[in-house]
Amino acid sequence: MKKSQNVTIKGTKDGLTLHLDDSCSYGELKKELDRKLSENSRSVEDRLLTVRVQVGNRYLTEEQQEELKELIRQKKNLIVESISSSVITKEEAEKQKEENEIVSVAKVIRSGQVLEVPGDLLLIGDVNPGGTVMAGGNIFIMGSLKGIAHAGCHGNKEAVVAASLMKPSQLRISTCINRAPDKDQDEEKREMECAYIDEHDQITIDRLQVLMHLRPNLTRLQGGS
Amino acid sequence: MGEAIVITSGKGGVGKTTTSANVGTALALQGKRVCLVDTDIGLRNLDVVMGLENRIIYDLVDVVEARCKIHQALVKDKRFDDLLYLLPAAQTSDKTAVTPEQMKKLVDELKQDYDYIVIDCPAGIEQGYKNAVAGADKAIVVTTPEVSAVRDADRIIGLLEKEENVEAPKLIINRIRSHMMKNGDMLDVDEITAHLSIDLIGIVADDDEVIKASNHGEPIALNPNSKAAVAYRNIARRILGEAVPLQSLEEENKGVFSKLKRFFGVK
Repeated sequence: MKKSQNVTIKGTKDGLTLHLDDSCSYGELKKELDRKLSENSRSVEDRLLTVRVQVGNRYLTEEQQEELKELIRQKKNLIVESISSSVITKEEAEKQKEENEIVSVAKVIRSGQVLEVPGDLLLIGDVNPGGTVMAGGNIFIMGSLKGIAHAGCHGNKEAVVAASLMKPSQLRISTCINRAPDKDQDEEKREMECAYIDEHDQITIDRLQVLMHLRPNLTRLQGGS
Repeated sequence: MGEAIVITSGKGGVGKTTTSANVGTALALQGKRVCLVDTDIGLRNLDVVMGLENRIIYDLVDVVEARCKIHQALVKDKRFDDLLYLLPAAQTSDKTAVTPEQMKKLVDELKQDYDYIVIDCPAGIEQGYKNAVAGADKAIVVTTPEVSAVRDADRIIGLLEKEENVEAPKLIINRIRSHMMKNGDMLDVDEITAHLSIDLIGIVADDDEVIKASNHGEPIALNPNSKAAVAYRNIARRILGEAVPLQSLEEENKGVFSKLKRFFGVK
């Protein structure tokens, strides 16, 4: 009986790729992978090779991924660089969607209130002193920011904060924290400004217009020109 | 069926009790039947400001615990002909003696007999505040032109917006010192209103007469010669739905001598 192989190894100029078929059972796959890697022992190489694994339309749990990585690592001087699958669970998909969408909120965030969103936040209103807004992504405030804004609160250093009136008591981006100067700078206008982490890992405040150069991927418009 | 208005501020000492007493009095002066309710159990003041302390027999806790009928606990204000009443707070228990559900039932009962129930709220955001807000339909937030008072007002407005039974709160800015506002040493009226982004229902100038009147147990609203009294009467008229322009904050010149002094720049 001729059966097509469940495991194929391909060499490209970027390195090795392991294609794992998605129509067999996981147990079968593991067995065949084990056999394939054992029989295919080439002359001993000291060099570690990185390999990418493609599993097609098969969903692998975290444990299964670890198991495969372990299996491949044991057999050869192979290091798994990545495992890519065409499928993800619904929860993951929903999480990704949440993290990538802009949530718009029309309200005043008052002292003692905390507003948190997983993705980007568009606030149509003010953040008063003592109020806090947090976002996994960027924060855009149409009103005045006088409280605390925390962008990229799950560690995204690329996140930015933009506000029509930028007078925060504290700014946080990822793990960086910056506070307002102790002296009141009422003379300065602080209108239409943005905050981002610069190359020295410092939060910097600048004109809103610099963002289009610093963070071009803020543009989400597809097509058009 | 009447309307219950809670007077609150978050911060203490900004003039909640004085405002409750005077707004209640001014509403009664307009011919409305008013019941003042002091919810500051354990630290009651409203009876003192109204000059009714010595007439108290039963209090709010007695009513809630059914030791007396509601009308037995109400203290009538003699200066008005059957228009103004006070339900005093207990002095011997604390805020936990009453639950929000009991307060709501009590206020609903009072609404049958009165046009306005003015509820004086204690400072803070704990049980006392929750009790005071439970039965209210409307809310007035009192603040002074100080950063700390405005901060607490902001907090309390945030909490009030979460209450489903309470309409959007209105703002009273109390204790305004016009010369300090003019010099920019104090937050000004527009700044505070823009910051809190709620409707302004009145401004009250800082006036020594208010303290004097409170100490005598006579709400200042009864004395038409005082500027603060006019301010409170205006607030009452606005509650009744009249459009009354805001008082000007300019201090009237008190005579030729003060004019001369100002001319020579002597303070």
